[in-house]
Amino acid sequence: MPFHQIKFYQTGTFTIGNRLLEASDRSVQSDVHRSNALNSGHRACQGCGEALGARYAVDAAIRAAQGNLVAVNATGCLEVFSTPYPETSWQVAWMHSLFGNTAAVASGVAAAMKAQGRPQVRVIAQGGDGGTADIGLGCLSGMFERNDDVLYICYDNEAYMNTGVQRSGTTPAAARTATTPSVGPKPGNVFGQGKSVPLIAMAHQIPYVATASVANLHDLEYKVEKAVPMHGARYIHIHVPCPLGWGSEPHDTIKVARMAVESALFPLFEAEYGEVSDRTILRKRHPVDDYLKLQKRFAHLFRPQRDEERIAAIQAIADRNVRRFGLENGAAS
Amino acid sequence: MTKPFAITLDVGSSLANKTGSWRTERPVYLDRMPPCNHACPAGENIQAWLFHAEGGDYFEAWKSLVENNPLPAIMGRACYHPCESGCNRAQLDQPVNIHAVERFLGDEAIRQGWQFDAVAPTGKHVLVVGSGPSGLSAAYHLSRLGHKVTIYEAGPAPGGMMRFGIPKYRLPREVLDAEIARIANMGVEIRLNTRVDDLTEVLERKEFDAVFLAVGAHLSKRAYIPAGDASKILDALGVLRSVDGGQPPELGRRVLVYGGGNTALDVARTAKRLGATETLIVYRRTREKMPAHDFEVQEAMEEGIQFKWLSTIKQAGESTFTVEKMRLDEKGFPQPTGEFETIEADSLVLALGQDVDLSFLQRVPGLEMADGVVKVNDRMMTGHAGVFAGGDMVPAERTVTVAVGHGKKAARNIDAWLRGVSYQPAPKHALAEFNKLNTWYYSDAPLTVQPVLDAVRRQTTFDEVVSGLDESNALFEARRCLSCGNCFECDNCYGVCPDNAVIKLGPGNRFRFNYDYCKGCGMCVAECPCGAIEMVPETI
Ligand SMILES: Cc1cc2nc3c(=O)[nH]c(=O)nc-3n(C[C@H](O)[C@H](O)[C@H](O)COP(=O)(O)OP(=O)(O)OC[C@H]3O[C@@H](n4cnc5c(N)ncnc54)[C@H](O)[C@@H]3O)c2cc1C
Ligand SMILES: Cc1ncc(C[n+]2csc(CCOP(=O)(O)OP(=O)(O)O)c2C)c(N)n1
Ligand code: SF4
Ligand code: SF4
Ligand SMILES: [Mg+2]
Repeated sequence: MPFHQIKFYQTGTFTIGNRLLEASDRSVQSDVHRSNALNSGHRACQGCGEALGARYAVDAAIRAAQGNLVAVNATGCLEVFSTPYPETSWQVAWMHSLFGNTAAVASGVAAAMKAQGRPQVRVIAQGGDGGTADIGLGCLSGMFERNDDVLYICYDNEAYMNTGVQRSGTTPAAARTATTPSVGPKPGNVFGQGKSVPLIAMAHQIPYVATASVANLHDLEYKVEKAVPMHGARYIHIHVPCPLGWGSEPHDTIKVARMAVESALFPLFEAEYGEVSDRTILRKRHPVDDYLKLQKRFAHLFRPQRDEERIAAIQAIADRNVRRFGLENGAAS
Repeated sequence: MTKPFAITLDVGSSLANKTGSWRTERPVYLDRMPPCNHACPAGENIQAWLFHAEGGDYFEAWKSLVENNPLPAIMGRACYHPCESGCNRAQLDQPVNIHAVERFLGDEAIRQGWQFDAVAPTGKHVLVVGSGPSGLSAAYHLSRLGHKVTIYEAGPAPGGMMRFGIPKYRLPREVLDAEIARIANMGVEIRLNTRVDDLTEVLERKEFDAVFLAVGAHLSKRAYIPAGDASKILDALGVLRSVDGGQPPELGRRVLVYGGGNTALDVARTAKRLGATETLIVYRRTREKMPAHDFEVQEAMEEGIQFKWLSTIKQAGESTFTVEKMRLDEKGFPQPTGEFETIEADSLVLALGQDVDLSFLQRVPGLEMADGVVKVNDRMMTGHAGVFAGGDMVPAERTVTVAVGHGKKAARNIDAWLRGVSYQPAPKHALAEFNKLNTWYYSDAPLTVQPVLDAVRRQTTFDEVVSGLDESNALFEARRCLSCGNCFECDNCYGVCPDNAVIKLGPGNRFRFNYDYCKGCGMCVAECPCGAIEMVPETI
């Protein structure tokens, strides 16, 4: 008689919490005593993925650092919606500097802690994609190159949201932004430009690089908790949908992030010393349409008629990710 | 206070900023009716007892189950489980094997000797006529409400069709006895060999404050078949009853069974076990039109039972029977074709359905009957005040589960009637349809299959055919439940709110919204796996 052997299975295995698990096996976010590093009253839009991603990441970092954490923040929505002086939402030692120098400031904080003989204090730097991929890239590369003891977290909402949705180096092909309007024969952002900061980070051979998504909390917490105690330069790139800039429904934020992962447009992987060490297999692969259609920034791909050519080009990007990172079961890693 | 250079304001927390004022819609928690519960004729709260079973608390699960149905070990075997046809999980992989978990809980209760709690008596005394599932269910529920119950049972043992109909390879008698004994232990008196021949006489004794009738349908329907003196024609119920009584009839080597319901299948499978080498079921319509369930037909075929569809029996001889071929007309009714065929067989068993014996009700004032059954209103009361009825003798589907449901409903109405009020059932929640779920959060987990006795032993013994689950796979199976429409404290809402506007109240207490900060984005609603939150417009 065949009985099914499934090693770990519980109702709602992928949910945030699980009453059937030992407390120590549960996620940070399910804990009544979680830090709430980014507290209520912040001014982020309804359904902001960045606000959510930041709380997920910083709460996990605080647990991993046993409370000894300093966060350095770049300018961007995350800073502006959380800290309109004199109010702040942060419940962590938090420091703001400029739009482009966060990595350098964090390197300085780490050096100061070392000089004071306080190695137990862990330092994170955080910024948006604009602050990370564009204006702050020089400082970031320096921090990587020197292998400074900092975990840099980028919240990627794929444009300069705080100043009104301008294109950044991570804005995807075809997306409409204020500076890549949906006009002309090929509306939206051009194909074949931009950059992948995780791959740039890997090129520095630093100890740890990972991508994460607000759609997969367990994976995100695992990566943050793994990165925090490590020494040297580390980088985590978190995909955070922005309902305002992407033209998605606030209640769909997690769904949009999930579709980015499940369509393979945002692959989840880890890399150590420049080599991919693990990746998250897609649970159920979706065509890129399922991701694109949720967002008005891609509306011109479907109106007035389906732009077969450019949708196929986006699908090809997803297919390439599947091959490159081995995202399907049985595929090589 | 002296401030640093260029600083004039005191720093403070953003908690001063009540972002709840942005909201135009608010999330609210709610319970929806899981489709399993909705489909259960006994009104079981399946999702609720599975919730306890998931955590391994089988006693709580059993207690929650028997709030509605006192016969889980029986029901987990005999019920045709409409709950599983409704189960949302079917749209993901396969339905939760609800009846198997129910049976596990029922068997566990028997193993552990779990009993029902005693209740303070009300001083009222109710008569139940018939100890089938409907009568037993009513007796149980009335006892739980504090009423004294006496059952008059015509037969030599309690259980009704569960004992004299359903064969023991599907329902072992130890299971039946154990669950009946537990009800008797509540103080229910079951008077065996006590047939009510004239209800009016009993009513006139004024011994009882109310009566519940559940005498079932026991008169076998006959068909006119010209037969020779030597031909052997029996009725299915008689055969099944005498097998249970330990005196099986001589059916011979080749047995014909006439009919297409579950009784036909049970008697055919019984004949096989009694030693028939060939058993053939003759039915006038097609397999699709058979009232018997598909899985029963399947099980019978596995045991070597043969079928002859679209055929009627025209004549019976000593060892030959004449069969006429039928065809279905446009409306799906069988019509004779005039083509005949002869089949050799030693006996013919008729399984053509049952009628209710209504003779004992002839003199009851006000009590109405129609189409061979007793009429009842929506409170299960007959036309005679204080006399209620349920199960096979009233117009409804004839199953053990419907009978149990009638017993419960009648008990609640009898209780209200005895107190001079009318029973108000709690309003039903809206259905938790599949599209209300976010199934991404449930991992893949195919149904656990129950072990089945091998075919050879099934053809020769009355051992139970389908086995139960053991602890580990019953637990696994319970954990497949999606908890449709009812919070299972997965913490998703608590986790996904970007504004920390969900307050976790701790185990068993679910969650509360902090409307001071909830901006009304609706992410909690979208990400709740089981559909237990909805958005409602804010009244401004
Ligand atoms: C062969 C067979 C197999 C079946 N298999 C299944 C199955 O697998 N699953 C399922 O759900 N349903 C099954 N059914 C149907 C199911 O058994 C009945 O629907 C159910 O038992 C009806 O319950 P009841 O309480 O109304 O009546 P019954 O179970 O018929 O009980 C009535 C009781 O009343 C007693 N009684 C009758 N007249 C009097 C009187 N005048 N005074 C005192 N006592 C009296 C009878 O002796 C009997 O004990 C089957 C039926 C048959 C015949
Ligand atoms: C040197 C400098 N140039 C420009 C700005 C204005 N500015 C503030 S935030 C921002 C965009 C931030 O974009 P990103 O880093 O992607 O963060 P997001 O707001 O999208 O989270 C800009 C251009 C600035 N503060 N400093
Ligand atoms: S603009 Fe986008 S990133 Fe900024 S607060 Fe609004 S939703 Fe968040
Ligand atoms: S998944 Fe659970 S709650 Fe939903 S219908 Fe099936 S058994 Fe009932
Ligand atoms: Mg940005």
